[in-house]
Amino acid sequence: MTETSTPAVTSWQQATVRAVRRATDRLVMLDLDLPKRQPQMAGQHFVVRLTAQDGYTASRSYSVASSPMDPLVELCVERLDDGEVSAYLYDVVEPGDKIEVRGPIGGWFVWDGATSALAIGGGTGVVPLVAMLRQARKMGRPELLKLAASGRHAADLPYLPELRAHGSTISITGDPASGFLPHRLGAADLKPLIADVDTVFVCGSSGFAEAISTVIVGLGVPAGHVRVERFGPTG
Amino acid sequence: MVGFSRGFGGRVRKERDPRLPPGQYDTGRDWPVLTAEVTPRIDLDRWTFTIDGLVDAPKTWTWAELQALPGSEFNGDIHCVTTWSLLDTSFTGISLDVLLNQVELAPQAAFVTATSTTGYTTNLPLSDVTGGKAWLVWEHEGKPLPREHGGPIRMLVPALYFWKSAKWITRLTLMQHDKQGFWERNGYHDRGDPWQQQRYQGD
Repeated sequence: MTETSTPAVTSWQQATVRAVRRATDRLVMLDLDLPKRQPQMAGQHFVVRLTAQDGYTASRSYSVASSPMDPLVELCVERLDDGEVSAYLYDVVEPGDKIEVRGPIGGWFVWDGATSALAIGGGTGVVPLVAMLRQARKMGRPELLKLAASGRHAADLPYLPELRAHGSTISITGDPASGFLPHRLGAADLKPLIADVDTVFVCGSSGFAEAISTVIVGLGVPAGHVRVERFGPTG
Repeated sequence: MVGFSRGFGGRVRKERDPRLPPGQYDTGRDWPVLTAEVTPRIDLDRWTFTIDGLVDAPKTWTWAELQALPGSEFNGDIHCVTTWSLLDTSFTGISLDVLLNQVELAPQAAFVTATSTTGYTTNLPLSDVTGGKAWLVWEHEGKPLPREHGGPIRMLVPALYFWKSAKWITRLTLMQHDKQGFWERNGYHDRGDPWQQQRYQGD
């Protein structure tokens, strides 16, 4: 963990929502047009801040699914039952709305687009990995990035068709008829993917990240080559 | 000046809890895990804590030596830059003052870098970790600190955003000038006072 980078100073700006795609009953993709784009790397996130008429604000972070080269910033938002920001973004936001954003944020869980990587995501943890995938494809270097993903049901995995088209290793644990691997990702699934990989990215719930990073280190990858992003409370 | 968000009411708001800094919400009893690296397994027989840098002589404590010193407890609130706050919680450990009092600080020492066994670092003003403001802790609410939360031992600096409370701490280095740590190099604020919303560089 000794990487150095120059911290970019970001400030709040009003993005215009250009498109809203409700992919499932919980997942919505928002395409945002930012007046001021700053250099971006695949794997980063933005903060969205909502302001009520009485001045009350609520902000949350969401991963970017678009590649750094894409003209619009695509955020994928999972609607949480109790989520005051995610429920608003899913239920209320329409094209043409303005929402306040800040970013890109995060200089660690990012892919440089030049070295070989294995990226493993659980559920909506695949979103930053999709940004990496889109960048690899835009550069014409899809072979740089190996992907593995896991979800309970197909609907839990955003961008499943894109992940599948890339030849990703995919497990769907709650639906034996899905045609994907039916078990949780383990050493046997991941071992073939780690050869010649410079960096392993792991993103998902805390339990998923813990389990997968333990498997990866157990396969002999030095812990210093594993970058982890976790979300959600522990069990 | 930014306008309001069309149709956004936000949560039904009672009186805002005065313990919540601006932009934070009460996470209830959940304590989210946020870590950028693989959770290490630490052998307490081999773990040590060292204070070095601008001191008369570096000093190192073993786990057993720390446990033999007078302990203390923190009761209060912690705040994560990702906007959750965990209110009315408790940690048991040792005040950093007890350890800093066992070395002689050079007069020009003004900042510290806390370092974890994983290589994680974070920078803090010395004045934020002295005078009853910082601890090394090994219990949370009466139970051993879980590994994913920095167990067996982490730093606790509850007055600052929680990335300053380095997990798996092993070293505190005193310095004359501030030197950015891991998240600080990656865009987060050098001080991180939640009451001033010092989240990112430039705040």
